[in-house]
Amino acid sequence: MLFGAGKLENLQNLVTEALAKVEQAHDVQVLDQVRVDYLGKKGVLTAQLKTLGKLSNEERPAAGAKINEAKQQVEDAIRAKRADLENAALAEKLKSESIDVTLPGRGQQAGGLHPVTRTLQRIENFFKHAGYNVAVGPEVEDNFHNFDALNIPAHHPARAMHDTFYFDAQQLLRTHTSPVQIRTMEVQAPPIRIICPGRVYRCDSDQTHTPMFHQVEGLLVDKKVSFADLKGTVEQFLRTFFEDDNLSVRFRPSYFPFTEPSAEFDIQWASSKTGWLEVGGCGMVHPNVLQASGVDPEQYMGFAFGLGVERLAMLRYGVNDLRLFFENDVKFLEQFN
Amino acid sequence: MKFSESWLREWVNPNLTTEELVEQVTMAGLEVDAVDPVAGEFSGIVVAQVVSCEQHPDADKLSLCQVTDGTDTFQIVCGAPNVREGLKVPMAKVGAILPTPDGKGFKIKKAKLRGVESHGMLCAEAEMGMAEQSDGLMELADDAPIGQDIREYLNLDDAIIEVDLTPNRADCLSVKGMAREVGTLNNVDVKPLNIETMATQISDTLPVSLSAPQACPKYVGRVVKGVNVNAATPLWMIEKLRRSGIRSIDPIVDVTNYVLLELGQPMHAFDLARIDGGINVRMAGDKEKLTLLDGQEIELSSDTLVIADNAKALAIAGVMGGEHSGVNTDTKDIFLEVAYFDPIAIAGKARNYGLHTDSSHRFERGVDYRLQNDAMERATQLIIEICGGQAGPVVNTEDEVSMPTEATVELRAQRVVDVLALELPADEIETMLTRLGMNVTATATGWTVNVPSYRFDISIEADLIEEIARIHGYNNLPVTTPMAALDLQSEQEVITPINTLKQFWVSRGYQEAITYSFVDPKVQKLVDPQVDGLTLANPISADMAVMRSTLWVGLIKAAQHNLKRQQSDVRLFETGLRFVPNGDELTQEPMLAGLICGSRFSMGWSNTPEKVDFYDLKGDVEAMLSINGDTEYRFAAGEHPALHPGQCAAIFKGDKQVGLLGALHPVLQKQLGIKTPLFVFELFLNDITLGQLPQFTSVSKFPEVSRDLAFIVDESVQWAQVEEIIRDQAGQSLTNVTLFDVYRGQGIENGRKSLALGLTWQDPSRTLNDEEITSSVDSIVTKLGKGLGAQLRG
Repeated sequence: MLFGAGKLENLQNLVTEALAKVEQAHDVQVLDQVRVDYLGKKGVLTAQLKTLGKLSNEERPAAGAKINEAKQQVEDAIRAKRADLENAALAEKLKSESIDVTLPGRGQQAGGLHPVTRTLQRIENFFKHAGYNVAVGPEVEDNFHNFDALNIPAHHPARAMHDTFYFDAQQLLRTHTSPVQIRTMEVQAPPIRIICPGRVYRCDSDQTHTPMFHQVEGLLVDKKVSFADLKGTVEQFLRTFFEDDNLSVRFRPSYFPFTEPSAEFDIQWASSKTGWLEVGGCGMVHPNVLQASGVDPEQYMGFAFGLGVERLAMLRYGVNDLRLFFENDVKFLEQFN
Repeated sequence: MKFSESWLREWVNPNLTTEELVEQVTMAGLEVDAVDPVAGEFSGIVVAQVVSCEQHPDADKLSLCQVTDGTDTFQIVCGAPNVREGLKVPMAKVGAILPTPDGKGFKIKKAKLRGVESHGMLCAEAEMGMAEQSDGLMELADDAPIGQDIREYLNLDDAIIEVDLTPNRADCLSVKGMAREVGTLNNVDVKPLNIETMATQISDTLPVSLSAPQACPKYVGRVVKGVNVNAATPLWMIEKLRRSGIRSIDPIVDVTNYVLLELGQPMHAFDLARIDGGINVRMAGDKEKLTLLDGQEIELSSDTLVIADNAKALAIAGVMGGEHSGVNTDTKDIFLEVAYFDPIAIAGKARNYGLHTDSSHRFERGVDYRLQNDAMERATQLIIEICGGQAGPVVNTEDEVSMPTEATVELRAQRVVDVLALELPADEIETMLTRLGMNVTATATGWTVNVPSYRFDISIEADLIEEIARIHGYNNLPVTTPMAALDLQSEQEVITPINTLKQFWVSRGYQEAITYSFVDPKVQKLVDPQVDGLTLANPISADMAVMRSTLWVGLIKAAQHNLKRQQSDVRLFETGLRFVPNGDELTQEPMLAGLICGSRFSMGWSNTPEKVDFYDLKGDVEAMLSINGDTEYRFAAGEHPALHPGQCAAIFKGDKQVGLLGALHPVLQKQLGIKTPLFVFELFLNDITLGQLPQFTSVSKFPEVSRDLAFIVDESVQWAQVEEIIRDQAGQSLTNVTLFDVYRGQGIENGRKSLALGLTWQDPSRTLNDEEITSSVDSIVTKLGKGLGAQLRG
């Protein structure tokens, strides 16, 4: 018996009709209605399945398959259309939410560290990584720690060279951070590896001198320490600081009462008149200094070095006037943020 | 120390160019500060003689001269006041090039001056680049060879070398000392100076007594009679002095200066007629008066060593002579003094009288204590050569016990290796030290070294090792890296590094400032009137005279600086010591301080243009205090003279006050001329860096319960009081209290305010039930009502 061409044709028509409606749906609600109308419990395609009961056993499987196929076809179309509609809606929403990302952000801007601190932190980091500790001490010092213990007796011409600020016969503003070395050796047995950063004061003020400035001094005391170790340490530091492995460093004999032998060190610097620029002083710790601090100079040796922080900062950042460091002009400070 | 290269080369002449020589001594620790030519670049100037000199027919101030160079005679118009017949002068011939500051040179041409032809120019020192200025022609010696090129005659192809000597190297404050160094550096011999002993022609002497033998253990004196002090100092000597920066005065002074430069021995010449009796080297009487050579009268103090005669002080020993006893144009007989003064006796004395002389400079640092007799002979010889006269016997007064003794130093070969990390051949070390004037004897372990009398800087082994290193060349020494045990560094976790705190303030928009530790006493007094600041005895200026007792003083000044420069929004912080005297004690404490003023946010398209207030700064301070995990901080109303009495908080950690926060007092603002409100804080750094180690507690799985409440309280009731009662009454499960609104206005009677707050409870082990919470809330309401008159808002 014929399943009936009319019936099959009707199914086909229903599918075509449904697909057209799917195609025309412009929002999810309409699409959902199409789904209810054709695939819902009371949907027209679902209703087709109910007609199967009227068919013979032979006809039923083929007809069922046809109907399911039709349902599937519509369902697929609906799913695809839904995805399209959703994508379009999302795109629309995203578009409407677009902003000008080049507008400045909201809130507080960051400040910055003072260039001297920046430089000090770099110096401290290099030496900390090499096993040095950071030591600090008082800025109002006594004659003993600032001078006597450093082998600078009262009438020594070197005292006059220091342009010291005094409060009275005993109290003064430290002229270098070397007293911290003494204070450290007084309480700590060797081996000692310290750096002493901080403010120091000299009674001098002009274009190249401010009455306050910063120093970092280093001290290493151990059983076996040589002048060659000192040279190596200073040279490595300067090359690390300026990030120049080929930086030329030279050592000139000089005089500090607290070191023997003593040296000043220069770096090669193109804009300097002589081609060299002095950046610090150093030497092997004088036996009298070790002794004054309770360290046996026959058992231990040491070296010390001192660096001017502002000088290094000026060279590094191209600052041309020392006095700017202490004016605290925001326009100056911000350049180092 | 300034000297001419040619003078040095008379003593020692290594095969080096000027540049090489300068580099060499600099690298040996005798830093050359400057090298200058002794004269400008010029040519065509010769020794000439003025044959005749007449008045210019048409000009009062010009002379018409006939000048000969030995071959030709030239007509020259000259305006110098000292031109005269017979005078020998430098003459720039037509075609000569004179120096100019731009280095291009100025060519001498035939010229007409007031209608009279002039074929050349007679020269002053300034015109040849030998002096800054001159007041007449350079007068040459009578025996100057006419026609000789002036550069050759005056030896002008020479350089002035200025060495900046460190205070330990007094031995190089003479040409002789520099020559010794250069000889050692080049391993070449130094030509010895032959000093002959003058035959004594008269027997006159002056008695000398040493009343302060420790300060002056040696005094060598000599009478020279019949000297012509008006004789001319020879040109060669004038030139050497000039090249050392010393002006010619008269032949006696010139000779003493010459010996000072040549040998390093300061000496003094007295007018014998002005000395009453004999010489006594003694300490000055208190307030004893003396008029110095430079004309100033000073009052001596009793710690000053003087050269005196029987009646009065004649000179400050080793510093400067007196006017009365000095050599003058009428002097016939002189008394020469060559002494050794102990450096400690002289040190600082010149400075105490505002003086600094070539003599004091040397005596303070140490003059060779075996040099006096040589210097006396050398000076006598030169004086008699120039001024004539007859020398008396040298009288050497010496207090042997007080004389310094030569140091003997043991030098271990192994120690040299240990310090320098380099093994130098023994003979090299011996040669170096010997050339430096040391007496070196080999021993089993090294050497015994006798230090010469001019090396005050060598007393221990390390000093000798420096000499070896220096002569060998620091840059020829090895370079190594120190070896040390790789110990780990301990670091306390509960201590927040200062750098972390600094970084916090940077992130919050603050610029770090570094202000001077000494401040204006007036501002210091205004800001912190309760503290009597530590005052400098010798401040650099009146507004940097007292040590800050709070970092606010410097920060306020920095803010003023920026406000004056149209920076209206300023945020600064600083760390550093403050100095608080307390009787004899001084506290130096590290502080952290900060300051804000201006807008809360920089002007922007979405930022509200509100001004900062107390709570902006408080928020920043609270946030910083929270980073090390410590929750013990609390703020209470506080007071400080610099702060607004109603906007000042004392910051406590437990029971200890660790800082202050507040608005600058309006009166102080006015006094400082600051128009915008300023907010400041300051904290004791050591107290706030110490935090707590985090301690884990398990996170509760049970639900949180929240209640929002609003209370109406009097204006005078502080939030901290409310919070304390709430925390007290809310039970152990309370986890959070948030004040989310403070309201005044409609619905709330005047003088009262409404506080809206949210409470959160959570128990770690169970779900809380409604009754417990309600009971807690009831208890809170009751207590707040009773304690603070708070009224629950319906």
